Parts: sequence; C-alpha cells; structure tokens
Amino acid sequence: MGNENLVQDVVKEPYKYGFVTDIETEKIAKGLNEDIIRLISQKKEEPKYLLDFRLKAFKKWQKMEEPDWAGLGYKKIDYQDIIYYSAPKQKEKISSLDEVDPKLLETFDKLGIPLTEQKKLTNVAVDAVFDSVSIATTFREELAEHGVIFCSISEAVKNHADLIEKYLGTVVPASDNYFAALNSAVFSDGSFVYIPKGVACPMDLSSYFRINSGDSGQFERTLIIAEESSSVSYLEGCTAPMFDTNTLHAAVVELIALDDASIKYSTVQNWYAGDEEGVGGIFNFVTKRGKCLGKRSKISWSQVETGSAITWKYPSCLLLGEESVGEFYSVALTNNLQQADTGTKMIHIGPKTKSTIVSKGISAGNSKNSYRGLVKMGTKATGSRNYSQCDSMLIGDQASANTFPYIKSQQPNSEIEHEASTCRISEDQLFYLQSRGIEFEEAVSMMVSGFCRDVFNQLPMEFAAEADKLLALKLEGSVG
Amino acid sequence: MQSKMKESDPILEVENLSASTDNLPILKGVTLTVYPGEIHAIMGRNGCGKSTLSKIIAGHPSYTITNGDIKYLGENINSLEPEERSQSGIFLGFQYPIEIPGVSNLEFLRVSTNARRKFLKKEELDIFDFEELVKEKLEIVKMDQAFLTRSVNQGFSGGEKKRNEILQMALLEPKIAILDETDSGLDIDALRIVASGIKRISNAQTGIILITHYQRLLDEIKPNYVHVMSDGQIIKTGESDLALELEKKGYEWTDNFIKET
Repeated sequence: MGNENLVQDVVKEPYKYGFVTDIETEKIAKGLNEDIIRLISQKKEEPKYLLDFRLKAFKKWQKMEEPDWAGLGYKKIDYQDIIYYSAPKQKEKISSLDEVDPKLLETFDKLGIPLTEQKKLTNVAVDAVFDSVSIATTFREELAEHGVIFCSISEAVKNHADLIEKYLGTVVPASDNYFAALNSAVFSDGSFVYIPKGVACPMDLSSYFRINSGDSGQFERTLIIAEESSSVSYLEGCTAPMFDTNTLHAAVVELIALDDASIKYSTVQNWYAGDEEGVGGIFNFVTKRGKCLGKRSKISWSQVETGSAITWKYPSCLLLGEESVGEFYSVALTNNLQQADTGTKMIHIGPKTKSTIVSKGISAGNSKNSYRGLVKMGTKATGSRNYSQCDSMLIGDQASANTFPYIKSQQPNSEIEHEASTCRISEDQLFYLQSRGIEFEEAVSMMVSGFCRDVFNQLPMEFAAEADKLLALKLEGSVG
Repeated sequence: MQSKMKESDPILEVENLSASTDNLPILKGVTLTVYPGEIHAIMGRNGCGKSTLSKIIAGHPSYTITNGDIKYLGENINSLEPEERSQSGIFLGFQYPIEIPGVSNLEFLRVSTNARRKFLKKEELDIFDFEELVKEKLEIVKMDQAFLTRSVNQGFSGGEKKRNEILQMALLEPKIAILDETDSGLDIDALRIVASGIKRISNAQTGIILITHYQRLLDEIKPNYVHVMSDGQIIKTGESDLALELEKKGYEWTDNFIKET
C-alpha cells in the first residue's frame, strides 16, 4: 500500500551530525603491535602498572578469535589498518577552557554541548571526548566540593592511581572478550567518576564522545565507582562525521556499586549509521558491565540506540550483593541496512537479587534488530527474581526483528518471567490517527514514542526529551 | 436527490461516486446529499459498500476514486488527506475502533482536538484546559475518567470503544459525522447512552449519516431519510418508514429494486 512507502520515507532522516572538524591532529602510524602500545602509554605518561596492564591484554588479544556468533554481516576488520591514537594538536598543558582550540569548542557547540563558562549546561557536568582525548570537563570545582571526582581517565591514572589500580579491569577483565581485550590494550581516554561515601551527586554527569577522524578507532574506557550509600546519574552521548569507511568503536564501561549505592547509566547513541546502501558508519562493539558489589546496591542501564552501522552491546549486571538490583531499559531503532544486536546479561549471584529487563526494538528499512539476553540464577541466588519484557516493532515489510532470550537457573527457589511481543505499525492505526486530524508524521512518531514509553520514563528528565527528539529526528522527514 | 427546496447549502455532496480497491470495484455510482440539520440512515447487507463509502469520505488510502466527486461545503475534497478532512470537520465513527498501544487516550484526544481547533483558528488547549473540556464531554457518554489514562482503545470493551468514538465526536464538533455501525455490539443501555450522546452533539448546523443494519438505533434517532444500498449503489431512498418496512420484509425485498433499476 501507498502508506507503507510513506512510512519508509518518514524514517529516512538525514544525519545531522555528519560534519568534520578541520583541525590539525596528531596521529600515530597505523597498525597494532607492542611498540604502538608502548607509544600510546608513553604519550599519556602512564605509570608502569598501566603499561603492563595494556601489554598483558594485548598478549591475550593476540590469542583470541574475533567472535562471529551474533551472525552480523560485515567485512573482516583489518586491525593493522587502524590508527590507535589520534588527538587534536593543542598546547601541552591546558589550565583553563580559554586555552582550548576554539574549533573544538565550536564543534561541541554545534553538537548542542556548549562547554564554555558562559554557555555551559547549567545542571549537567560534561566531559567532552574528541577522538582519543578528553578536551574538557565542566563543573570540576563544584563537584570537588562534594568530594566527587569527575575527570578523564588519563588524569585519574595520574592523580588517583590507588582507585584505578584497585578497580580497573575488575568488572570487565581484559580477557573477557575479543573487543574488551583490544580496548584494554589500546584505550586512549574516557571518563572517570568517583562518588564518595554517603554523597548523592549534586548534578547529573555526562560524557560526550565525538569521533572526528575517519581512519582512527575510538577506544574509550569509563570507570564509575559509587561508594557506600552514594548515588549518581550519568549519561553518555555519541556522534561521528559521515565517512564512507567504517570506523571501529570498541569501548569498555565498568561500574561498581557498593552497599546501598545506586548508579544510573543512560546512553543516547547516535553514531553515524552509514548511508542508505550501508556504506560507511560506525561499528559499535562495546562491553558495558556493572557490578553490584554491595548489599542493596542498584545499577540501572538505560539506552537509546539509534546510530551505528552495527551495534553490538550488552550492558549487564553482576548481582553479587544481597538484595541488589539490576535494571536494563533499552530502545534500539534501526533503519536502512543497520544491524543491532543488543540486550543484557543479568547474573544473579547473591540471594534476593532482582532484575528487570525492558527492551524495545524498532526496525525499519532492511535493517536487522535483535534482542539477545541472558538471565542466570546462580546456586546461592535464593529468592531472586527477574522480569523481562522484549517488544519489537516492525516498520515496512523488509526489516527483521529477533529475540534470543537465554535463561539458566541453578536455583529452584527463584522466579524468572519473560514476555515478548512483535507488532507492526498498521495502515489501519495510521488511518485512525489521521482521521482524527493528526498528521501522518506525527501519527508515526506518536506510535513509536508510545511504544518506547516504558523506557523513556526511565531516562533522566533532560535526556528523555533529548531521546524523544532524537527518535523524532530519525522518524520525521521534514525536519529543517 | 431530494426535490424539496433547501434554504441553506449542502454540507456534503457525493456525486456519482465510483471507487475500487485493488482494482476491485466497490462503489458503482453513489449519489447522496446532506444538508445541515439532516440525519440520513444508510442500510444494506454486509458487503454492499456502506463501510467503504464512509471510509472514502474520510479519505482512507486503500481506496481509489475511479469516477465522481465528493464535495464538502461546496469544495471538492477527492484529493485531501484524511487529517485535512478531519480538521475541516468531517468525522468518521469507526465500526471497529483501532487500538493504539502506548499512546495515552488523553494525549490522543488532546492532539486531535487541537488539530481541529487550530484549523478553526481557535486557541490550542494546554493539558489543564483540555482536562476541563474533556471532563465535560465525558459526561455526555457517561464515561469514567479512568478511560483517559489508558492507551487508545486498548483493552476497551466493544461498548467502551463506541463510547470513546462518540467522545471524540463531542470534542471535535464536526460539521458532518458518519457513524459506521456505531450501534453494533451495544446492549440496550449502552445504545441509549450513545444515541442520546449523538443527539446532544448534533444540531441544526450539523449533518449525520448513520450506517446501520438495525431499526433499534433509528428508534432512538429518527432519520429524515433512509437509503438502501446494494452492490455499491443506493437502490432506494425513502423517509424513516422505509427502515420499518425493511425491518419487516428483510433485504430480500430490496432485491426486487435492483431488478427495477
């Protein structure tokens, strides 16, 4: 029917963040070997323990095979054809934002993330990462008053070595998987957050990741530690220019929550997705995991995944502490030839642990959108519970949606509930809304955001609006 | 169609309308004119084209007009989008109202009402003003406020869905309402509520087309004209007693008319 095509048109929104910043960069030679790793470590003036960490990870990576179990279709990545360190050239030591290259500030301005004192967002502290390095972190002094540390991970390596040494790689060990091992060997920057005991972080923290060069990979690493009875809400956003080559983004995120601590981690991912024929776009192969170490601790993941040629990520929770809580709320929208294989792992280890999974997949065009998840109840997880709900929405008749829920229970005294549904935006639904005076595009976006409501409700307020806007951007044809 | 002199201009003129879906002809030359204040009933067997006629007037994209015109307030609307028709005051009450999961009924009603208000150059209503308005209109169909917080039509009983349709009609204040089997699936009490709701909303400026199989709705809302449809055409038009006669004699009686025409 005619409307089917119209729906297709509506989801074909051009990418708005595809510009390249023309800036002099310092890049190292392509390729990956021990010398390159030593060079990265040297550039970052790292202590020896970190270089050892990198080299160990590299040795492991060399022995590992690139996984193919997700059945994603892409040309083999040539790991020797990637630049592993790329940084905008600027003064050696920057003491204030005024010394940051105006081109960089302008770039973040254009992305809606103003960094300068006059314009910065008032209620969110931002760490801005450009290619391999962190450019600036706002509100540092204000946060420091509360004992909150929010800085780039490179700085933390120097200034908070005790915390890095104690926690880095404890949630996602270097040998965890192929891409985690690669990241551990070559990671360049990322954010570090430390919330001391009893502190509720006074504002939301946010990292904004921007890939600018076409031939360098981005390998950032984020570590968040929430001490006893502390809490924090953290958001990451991501965009990249349009290149006709694929860029690899292999990040690792580790969260640690101690007794009664709570971490809310929200992602709005809008990497460049490639064009209609599937040329270009980011390969987003990410390992994100949180460890609920303490009693009654809580880790909540919310993600809105709209970009990337391929998304491959499973933000997970290890529920060790008694009565700890894990949550995963996800919206994944794929269009054209995008592929998304995303979900979560909820590993119940401690007793009376609880997890909730709500996944909403929207597939349009010829895209492939899969939910893949694991719920595991260990032998000691008595009285633990899981609830999972996985819904798929298909737009058009060329897209596909899959759900792969894996359930493993070694504990008879635990409950696992799983619900799944698939729906399609039907011509009748659209006609019904239109016959009530609602414009076609608004009707589609109303239905899509209605479908995602359960997840959007979980996002921090400012970001819920952003997510709604982002989906609307992807879904509306006439946005100027 | 009617020979009586009319004082005002017609709201709706369907002129020799033919339409098809997937190259299958459904309407084969329908002519129907509705003046302000008139109530028309269209009756006929299942598959005679009654519902199709209503959908085409509302602009359903699955049907193609192959011949003839639909005029609304004197303007040809053949090529208008469904939302433009709605905004300008054409209302279709669905035989099977559609469920829209995740979209709250209140938000849906508000967006819809504001689309109409915008067209009428009236101020759009914020959530608070709209709640006031909708409370008032809920009373017309004796609906509970709880309906507002649920998803559009989701999990509504047949009767609740129909009342939700009449609620929408009350909010949109259309110039012409085409109610497609609004009476089907209703018990006697619900039928009375719906019928009295329709009567309260309509006035001397509005036109109503009731599509129905049964006399019982017409007992509640007395039509000025009754049309009998068969095989995509209106084969007989009469006054309200035609419906009674039809009820007595059944549709077989109308088969003779086809032979006559």
